[in-house]
Amino acid sequence: MRHGDKVVASIAAALEPLRDDMTILVGGFGLSGNPEALIRGVVERGVKNLTLVSNNAGNLGKGLATWLQAGIIAKVICSYIGNNEDLHTRMASGEVKVEITPQGTLAERMRAAGAGIPAFYTPTGAGTVVEDGKETRELDGRRYILERALQGDVALVRAAVSDRFGNLRFWRTARNFNPVMATAAKLTVVECDRLVANGAIDPDDVHLPGIFVHRIVHVPEHENAFEYKTTRKRPS
Amino acid sequence: MTWSTEDMARRAAAEIPAGSIVNLGIGLPTQVADYLPEGHAWLHSENGLLGTGPFPFEGDEDPNLINAGKQTVTALPGASTFDSAFSFAMIRGGHVDLAILGAMQVSAAGDLANWAVPGGKVMGIGGAMDLAGGCRRVIAMMQHVTKKGEHKLVRACNYPLTARRVVALVITELGAFEPTGDGFRAVELAPGVTREQAAAATGAPLL
Repeated sequence: MRHGDKVVASIAAALEPLRDDMTILVGGFGLSGNPEALIRGVVERGVKNLTLVSNNAGNLGKGLATWLQAGIIAKVICSYIGNNEDLHTRMASGEVKVEITPQGTLAERMRAAGAGIPAFYTPTGAGTVVEDGKETRELDGRRYILERALQGDVALVRAAVSDRFGNLRFWRTARNFNPVMATAAKLTVVECDRLVANGAIDPDDVHLPGIFVHRIVHVPEHENAFEYKTTRKRPS
Repeated sequence: MTWSTEDMARRAAAEIPAGSIVNLGIGLPTQVADYLPEGHAWLHSENGLLGTGPFPFEGDEDPNLINAGKQTVTALPGASTFDSAFSFAMIRGGHVDLAILGAMQVSAAGDLANWAVPGGKVMGIGGAMDLAGGCRRVIAMMQHVTKKGEHKLVRACNYPLTARRVVALVITELGAFEPTGDGFRAVELAPGVTREQAAAATGAPLL
């Protein structure tokens, strides 16, 4: 992969390489840290039969729930469904296959893919349904499951700041799955709130090095939807 | 008299050693934070925050500063943020001292079932299996019996398991109970709750 100027002018140009049947990793935890414009852009791109890897696959009808509504997903790999009714109804009808994975295993499967590790042993899920159909092994008296690395064709990532090489910084808990997904795909597309010149981010302050980033779109405006707005009274 | 949910949260808070790293599960366990003295412990949220603070003041909420229940929170001085893989390395690597988790069933062996009801709507696993298996100590919080009156402290779980042999203590409205393998030891009973009453509500021997 060449690392020239990665900044592309439009969402449509950034998503041109997408094809039917691809596996797409999408950053975010619920609606937090979502690449909102890229998510909209995939629906407009008109690809279908996708495998979506996401912790939640949207919620409250928003974010990745719009992919479910558009009928472009064949399979979801996620850790939690919760109140995501768009996913519950399509899972129940059989329209969408759902693979539920422990959240740490989901993250580690992608970390492994990004680090060239084809599979790893973990105790998470041992002795539960997560073990079904997988190799197991006793090591030092504890039971482990062999979990396979999970690679994507494309990762869609949201960053707070990107320079033109794709060095990224994230904001608060919007980081979540974004960096690990960026490492685990053949093509990583970043949607950044702020685009800066190379050198504007101190090397020590880079959260994700630009080696993992291939295309960058600058999107200054975001909805940043709340899922549960919880507050306390300000003391008077 | 039985414990209210506030009493249960206060009892769970008493299990948290000073200076420890604690992950509070979604729902009832989240309330435990209300009974911790300021600066007593570091709260870990598996979506990528260590040093989780109370809910923000009205007007200060940030949709990108949330806990694992996707509620808006604050970050205390000394807090750090990180990605999901790093967050679960903390959990799976045994760096989190204590997890306090909601439960559906706990067995006498300490098996935990808290992610799916047979035949019910599947909510998902989330971080529950990682937390239950990775944290050094696991406390379960739940009502002692189901709404239909079925036992939830049982000899063996018949709900899908989250992890085997992990629960050190169960806190319910009737008291605090320790799975011993053969049954449950009543560590403490709520005021006015008799041993007979607790034993009748428990699906394994009360020791």
